[in-house]
Formats: sequence, C-alpha cells, structure tokens
Amino acid sequence: MQEQPSAYELVDIVAEFIRVHAMPQLSGHAAFHALVAANALDMVKRELKILPKATSEEMERLRALLGHDGTLEDLNRELCAKIESGELTLETKGLADHLWAITMTKLSINQPKYSGYVRALEEGYGQ
Amino acid sequence: MPEAVNPIAAPLAAALTREIAGVTGIENLKRLSGGASQETWAFDARQGDKLIPLILRRAPGGDREKSATAAGLETEAALIKLAGEVNVPIPPVRLVLKEADGVGRGFIMDRVEGETIARKILRDDEFVKARPMLARQCGEILARLHSVDMAKLPPLRLSTAKSEIEQYFSTYKTHNHPHPVFDLAFRWLKDNAPADAAKITLVHGDFRHGNLMIGADGVRAVLDWELAHTGDPMEDLAWICVNSWRFGNIDNPVGGFGQREDMFAGYEAAGGGKVDPERVKFWEVLGTLKWGVMCTTMVMAFQAGDRSVERATIGRRSSETEVDLLRLLAPLKKV
Repeated sequence: MQEQPSAYELVDIVAEFIRVHAMPQLSGHAAFHALVAANALDMVKRELKILPKATSEEMERLRALLGHDGTLEDLNRELCAKIESGELTLETKGLADHLWAITMTKLSINQPKYSGYVRALEEGYGQ
Repeated sequence: MPEAVNPIAAPLAAALTREIAGVTGIENLKRLSGGASQETWAFDARQGDKLIPLILRRAPGGDREKSATAAGLETEAALIKLAGEVNVPIPPVRLVLKEADGVGRGFIMDRVEGETIARKILRDDEFVKARPMLARQCGEILARLHSVDMAKLPPLRLSTAKSEIEQYFSTYKTHNHPHPVFDLAFRWLKDNAPADAAKITLVHGDFRHGNLMIGADGVRAVLDWELAHTGDPMEDLAWICVNSWRFGNIDNPVGGFGQREDMFAGYEAAGGGKVDPERVKFWEVLGTLKWGVMCTTMVMAFQAGDRSVERATIGRRSSETEVDLLRLLAPLKKV
C-alpha cells in the first residue's frame, strides 16, 4: 500500500507540532514529557527509514545461519536457543557479523549518539 | 507540601528532640526526587541558632514490612556505621527509627554537601581538580569497604557470580523476547565464570555515579547501601566501569573520570590485595548484561500498564548494552 502523506511525513509533522507549538505552552513535568515524546517520534522516524531494508537483510542472514525459512520471530528464537546451547558460537561463520549488524541497526534507530555505537563506527564497522 | 500538614513532621521532630541534645524542632522538610524503592527526605534540625542539615531515608509510605530483595533500612544503617569504622567516607547515621517513633521504617543521617549528578561531575569546572584523583580514591575506598570484618556484618544475602547469572537469566527468560546478544553474553559468562572468589567480602553492590557524593576535594560520601550483599569484591571494581556509567567519556573506564590502572593501584595500596584484571573484566561483562536486562524489565513494566513515555523509551536502552557487550566479547578487527 502506498498512501500520502506517508507514515514518515505524519510522524514528522506531529513531532514538529509538539516541539514548535505544544512545548512552548507547557512547563515543568509536562514540558519534560513532551520533549521525551518528541524524541520518541524521532526514533519512530528513523525506524521507518531504516527497518524495511535492515529486516530483509536480517532475514537473509538468519536463513543462511539456520538453513531454513521461517518468520522473523521464530528464526530469532531458534537463533537464541542455538547460541544458548553452544551449537552456534562466535567461531560459526557469519554469526559475529550477524550480531554486529542487528545491534548497529538497533543503535542507529534507538540512540545514534551513544558512545559505544559512535566508537564502533570509528573502529571501522561497516567499512 | 507545607510542613504544617505533613504527618511525619511532628513525630520526626519529637524523635530528634529526644536524640540530639539542644534540638528543639525541624525545618525545611522536603521530599527529594529519585529512589523508587525508598523515600529520601531532606530537612534541618534547629539547635539554638544553628541548623543541622539531615537526611531521612524511609521505606515507601513508612511501611515496616521487610523486602525480599533489598537489604532493609536497619541493615543499611548498620552497614554505614561499620563502613565508617574502617574509614570509608559515609554520612554519619544519627538515629535508626523505632516503631514507637511513628515515622515508619528508616533512619536519619547527616546531609553531606556535594554533587551526585554525573554530567556535572564530569564537565563542570568546580570538579576539575577532583577528576584526576577520583579513580585512585575509588580504589582506596573500595579496599577499605571490602575490609569490613565479616563477623560484624548484619545478615546479608550472599550473591556469587553463578547466582547473579542465574537470577538475570531467569528475568530475561520471563520477559520472553529474543535478544541474541544477551544469549551470547550469558553463554560467555557460563563458559568463562572464574573459580569461586578467594575471599568473600562485603560488596556495596551499586558503587557508581548517583551514589557517590563528590566535592571539589573528591569523594565525600558513599551513599545508597540498599543493594549491599556479600560476594566477590571484584564486582564493585567492575560495576563502576560499565560503559553506561561513563556518561559518554568512553576512554575513561572508571566512571568516565579515570583509568582502571589508577583504581587498581589505589585498591592495592590501601590493602585490598592484588587485582586480577581478567576477573574484573568478567564482572564488567556481567554488569553490562545486568543493566541491559534491567532495561528490558522497563518494557515489561510499561506493557503491564505503567504507561509513561519515559518508561516506554527507557526499554530501548537495552540496545546500548548490546553494543557494549559486542565490543567486549567480539571486538571488531582493527582497520
């Protein structure tokens, strides 16, 4: 489905409304929570941009690691179980790359200013 | 809330008038923010023309029931006294409340002036001389804290690496949402658990920013003994190095202000014994994972009905610990 304005544009304008119009009229606790809310919408904006491609790449890697197809959730549960049991380890081809990829995707959405994420980029992640 | 209508003001004043010579009443009673599991109140006791700055630590609503996880307020007060006897900087305890006092479970201690907010301690000019001394000081303080005579301790839970791993693994499984990096970290911890600690000591359990009162001259008081237990002393040296407590200063592993080597040197010089950095690293991995799992419990609290935006977004901070865990366990090849 394609509809306009897009989800991204809708979230963007709501975040702008909170920052530009609502927040100046608020004080104390309400102003603080409005800022947290606007930041949460920024997170949603990043997720809308980043997640579709990242998820299809995640599925591809999961299928390669586990050798079969499934839902994203089922494959992730199986991956967790196999790491827990020791069947898959950091020596397993592709596992470390996969864990780095999902983690860097999460941080690029949740907290792209986090020191550990910034440092991993400086250390050459993705190059 | 005005003092006149605060129901704890009158019984608090009565208890202090009885305990401290010359005290005639209390003033400026106000609830401080923070501390979900315990209430903290600031107030002054009037003694002639002098005011004594004090803190009341109290169970929520004055509840006198004992909690299963926390050490308990009477225990906390006893530990602060014992730590003071071995020269750990602490706020002296003035009075442990009794049921007859009518204030609830809790104790009253001196209010030590200083700062607990990490961003101020790490950035403000006021602390520019203190910052380079803090790592070594923390080592010295922890060495003394770990020297408290075990025979004098009140009853405390023993928490070993193994029991901590089991406890947090069970919390992670209860949340029932897959975090492959957490599974990797749990697996690594189980495979790399060190031999049982050579000596079991008192462990503060939450030795980091927020619980250290710091002034221009360095650490003035170690606060919040709620999570104290007995266990491996290396737990305390590692917890303050968890990246989440460096507040952006990633290259200063000790609290964002100093180097591990300085903390270890202070610890050894103050009689804490030889530090094994590998053992501290094990506890840093465990500490990082613990904070990550705690963030996921925020998701559970939110989904169970605690519907605040703040609560909802803290849940996503678990991913910060995931990148920290990968940098510890699967470091990138140098480019």
